Amino acid sequence: MAAGDAVALLVREERTRVLATLIRVTGSVDLAEDAVQDAVERALLTWPRDGVPAEPRAWLLVTAKRRAIDVIRREARRPAKEWDAVALHDPSPESPGVVRDDLLRLVFTCCHPCLSLETQVSLALRTLAGLSTAEVARALVVPEATMAKRLTRAKQKIARAGIPYRVPAAEELPGRLAGVAATVYLVFNEGYAPGEGADLVRGALADEAVRLARLLAGLMPDEPTVLGLLALLLLQDARRGARTDAEGRPVLLADQDRTRWDRAMIREGVRLLGAALHRTPDRPDPYVVQAAVAACHALAPSWAQTPWDAVVSWYDVLLTVHDTPVVRLNRAAAVSERDGPGGGLALVEALDGLEVYPWWHAGRAELLHRLGRAQEARAACERAAALGMSAPQLEHLRRRVSAPPG
Amino acid sequence: MPMYIALTYTPDVDWTQPEYAEEMKEYAAFGEAAAAVLRGGHALYPTATATTVRVPGGKGGEAVTTDGPYTETKEALTGFYLLECADLDEAVAVAARIPAAWNGAVEIRPVIRF
Repeated sequence: MAAGDAVALLVREERTRVLATLIRVTGSVDLAEDAVQDAVERALLTWPRDGVPAEPRAWLLVTAKRRAIDVIRREARRPAKEWDAVALHDPSPESPGVVRDDLLRLVFTCCHPCLSLETQVSLALRTLAGLSTAEVARALVVPEATMAKRLTRAKQKIARAGIPYRVPAAEELPGRLAGVAATVYLVFNEGYAPGEGADLVRGALADEAVRLARLLAGLMPDEPTVLGLLALLLLQDARRGARTDAEGRPVLLADQDRTRWDRAMIREGVRLLGAALHRTPDRPDPYVVQAAVAACHALAPSWAQTPWDAVVSWYDVLLTVHDTPVVRLNRAAAVSERDGPGGGLALVEALDGLEVYPWWHAGRAELLHRLGRAQEARAACERAAALGMSAPQLEHLRRRVSAPPG
Repeated sequence: MPMYIALTYTPDVDWTQPEYAEEMKEYAAFGEAAAAVLRGGHALYPTATATTVRVPGGKGGEAVTTDGPYTETKEALTGFYLLECADLDEAVAVAARIPAAWNGAVEIRPVIRF
């Protein structure tokens, strides 16, 4: 790695921490982002030339605070309290405990339930992950101007509507934490299985989601939701290299070359899963249970040797805390592997409310195909197509239903 | 401290009619319970009493009125409260105790303080 790249990586790692502290100190997301951006640019300019300072985070924080003070001096219209806060604040390095709390505040503010989910995802990528507005726009397939407007509105709402910069109290923490996990999981899924377009895996987004989940696990190492989330992302992402063939076409889990799965990620995911299960003796956590399903697949030597009984049992547990038609669909797929396509199809067809979901039709298509009901399988396949299944997935499904059953 | 307005949207009601007395009691109970943050508020007569005013000719032009509310919707603006709260979390918690929150919806908006 070139010196410049190492510096860029270090700066990006520290940037979010410095930003989190500066938002608390100045009380303004906008001012803090402006000041931190300035400090980051200075670091990228001077560190590769003069060497990285002994305390990179403290250097960034002091530089950003100076910039914030300059901006406040120039803009006399800023409220006096912002000025006081920055001026009075001792520019010595923050203790690790304070930095941790500031980061947590930032996490819970960006994922506040009074912001729309798409806004939360955008803020998580822009403010927590530190991507540029242009990068966030590209990743979420939105025009850059639209994304800039969305982020500006979000910051205005945080400031004007008084979304607090605070870690939720213990009694509301589980609910709020579930919201944070949902946001990060959505970032991951955007990267993992986009609804449309030929680009099957937008790996950069999956990387950001894993990075965000790691950040959360570092901040809250005893929260099962967070451990389960990171485990789930690692266990799913471990398959990334095997999910597409040389031409970029999707390869189903059943057909994947398991030697191409990332063993280190699987080991880490299984270890986290164990720690998370250990911490949820009373009430199952949806992310932990989904990670357990992913671990059943990750540890099976082949598709045929998948422990389907265990997979179905985990889905039964999941249904006790997260009963959705999509979970029932996945359970039906596992049942069809255990008991044969007939039983699975009956379960799939008994599900209500999934007619608009392409995967429901795709699942039916696969099972009808296995049962030799070719015409119905092709019709189901076309319904999936009409509902916007991604192009490579669709091509795979069409090939599948036009092949002989088996 | 920030000030919020809580706009209550519910099926159109005439609070002066006796059949709404029970519901009025619920609002009164809320008013007592939330007295510490309440800075004002009123119930409104039904939308049948509303008049919408426009001056299409621009400032100083002639006022044109229409009989009825600004928008005809299934749920109507039936009242409002002013709340002074520490932050949005507190305002949401207070709004969730207004009976309109389960009979319809409550919209909270921060008030600009110049």
